[in-house]
Amino acid sequence: MSQEHQNTQIGAAGSIALETENKLGGNKKTLLVRVGDYTVENPLTVIGTVIFLAIVILSAFAPFFATHDPLEQNILSRLEDRSAEHLLGTDMFGRDTWSRILYGLQLSLIIGLLSTALALVFGTALGILAGYRGGWTDIIIMRVMDMLLAFPTLITGLLIVAVLGANFVNIVLAITVTIIPMFARVARAPTIALKEREFVESCRAMGYSDLRIMIFHITPNVIGEVMVLASLWAAYAIRIEAYLSFIGLGVAPPTPTLGTMIREGFEFILDAPYVSIYPGLAVLIVVLALNLIGDGLRDSIDPKLRD
Amino acid sequence: MGAYIFGRSLSAVPTLFGVLTIVFVLIRIAPGDPALAILGDNASQEALDAFRERMGLNEPILAQYLDFLTQIARGSLGDSMVSGKPVLDSVFEVLPYTLELAFAAIVIGVIIGVPLGIWAALTRDGWVDNTLRVISLLGLSFPAFLTAILLILWLAIEVPLFPVISNPDGALGARLYNLFLPAFSLGLILVAYVVRTTRSSMLDVLSEDYIRTARAKGAPGRRLIYHHALRNALIPIVTVVGLYFGLLIGNSVLTEIVFNRPGLGKLIVLSLNQRDYTTLQGLLVVVAFMVVLVNLLTDLVYGLIDPRVKFK
Repeated sequence: MSQEHQNTQIGAAGSIALETENKLGGNKKTLLVRVGDYTVENPLTVIGTVIFLAIVILSAFAPFFATHDPLEQNILSRLEDRSAEHLLGTDMFGRDTWSRILYGLQLSLIIGLLSTALALVFGTALGILAGYRGGWTDIIIMRVMDMLLAFPTLITGLLIVAVLGANFVNIVLAITVTIIPMFARVARAPTIALKEREFVESCRAMGYSDLRIMIFHITPNVIGEVMVLASLWAAYAIRIEAYLSFIGLGVAPPTPTLGTMIREGFEFILDAPYVSIYPGLAVLIVVLALNLIGDGLRDSIDPKLRD
Repeated sequence: MGAYIFGRSLSAVPTLFGVLTIVFVLIRIAPGDPALAILGDNASQEALDAFRERMGLNEPILAQYLDFLTQIARGSLGDSMVSGKPVLDSVFEVLPYTLELAFAAIVIGVIIGVPLGIWAALTRDGWVDNTLRVISLLGLSFPAFLTAILLILWLAIEVPLFPVISNPDGALGARLYNLFLPAFSLGLILVAYVVRTTRSSMLDVLSEDYIRTARAKGAPGRRLIYHHALRNALIPIVTVVGLYFGLLIGNSVLTEIVFNRPGLGKLIVLSLNQRDYTTLQGLLVVVAFMVVLVNLLTDLVYGLIDPRVKFK
């Protein structure tokens, strides 16, 4: 067989692969359009997005929106209720609650989004690897994921942070580990279906390596579903961070974290309930915003997924 | 059915084994010397050596691992590093409190959640359905401690119906009365999940042919919903309740802290603070085994309700 002939054959296979992928690309576009349409039809998603963006802006420019230094103590004005001077009152050291919430949100968002992103990368990779390779690789990876899921997430997180020490890196690590299995599960299922499709077969026929197929051909088709669920798990991650710092395993004081503020305020629940309620509401609002976004997006991808 | 139960139970064995390994590894990667952590910096070299010897910390890691597994196989979780008490005793002392809390929360979650879910399904896309959807999303987003704090403020301080601190002992009546507020605050989380699952599962079932047939044959609406539809719709609800058992156990840590109730969660936090690694190890084994067991039971119940389920 001449070299030229071989090339045309590969060319033909390549163009089939390209065509199939373009078709899939087309599907992805309609998916985006569907997401867009749905968003217009579903005001809840829009509300969630607006709230979330507002929180991101407020916390990203915390020094600008804060009315006080979050660490500045003033023993003369402790446990005050709302006033023009202190928008959301003060805590037991006279620190300004509004300013502390802004900085606390900043930390919550950074930890929550960072650990979700890390879990997304590693979890999706593991899920695709398990689904694509099948056999023992699949059994081992998914068994380990099942084992991790046997521990309640909060308890896994609590344990990792307690054992390794409560600091920023370990908290991110702990939350990442607890949500990796969920991403792995979501990425694995569609991979199993995708690997039987013609475009993957033609990639294989062209001699693409498994790694290349997984990264450039499977991942783009799985990532949509994974991203949608990422917003729901970001909400989860932010809540776990708040729980950990509530238990006393957060980023060390005096850095304001929402969970720590709630725990400290809880001691004064009889005299000044607002000290713990405002940071609690801040956690609620950011988690709710992410859930609203995720819930709507999930509906638009598959209305049957709404459970 | 027998084969299904056997097969499914057998498949839990490697998971349990893996869980034990994970617990063992996690506890061992803790930085710092447990002997120093427990006896303090001023402890004499002899005391430290004796402690390490007694706890088997001098043995090679593989021998420690095998010891750990044999111990578990013999049904023991070892002794506490701090009090010297058998870990199993301390666990069983507080386990009933957490179990009654989780169980009461499940009852509350199902009692409130299932009817609301049916209501939402029957009024699909109407204002009741939409309101319930927003409320359940709100419920999903509520941090466990905020629910607890607000309930205390409202039902224990504002309107002093219930005690602020939940005293877990006493006669049955008093015990249930004390349990109500913590269980309600934990159960509310589950309500949101149950409403959503009941709704979607009822909608699925209501669109099936046999329901149309029953309707065509003139089955009255109420009977149709409760007798024909709900029975099949229950399957996913059982699964969700089983799945969220772990979530409830995890969140009970927070509920127990806020309501100052004894339980597994409080014991976990206490042994973390005391660096009591043997107790911690035992607690984790118990928690993970419970979750695996509940998942197993859920699958078995699933097989009982739906004879089509086969073990693969």
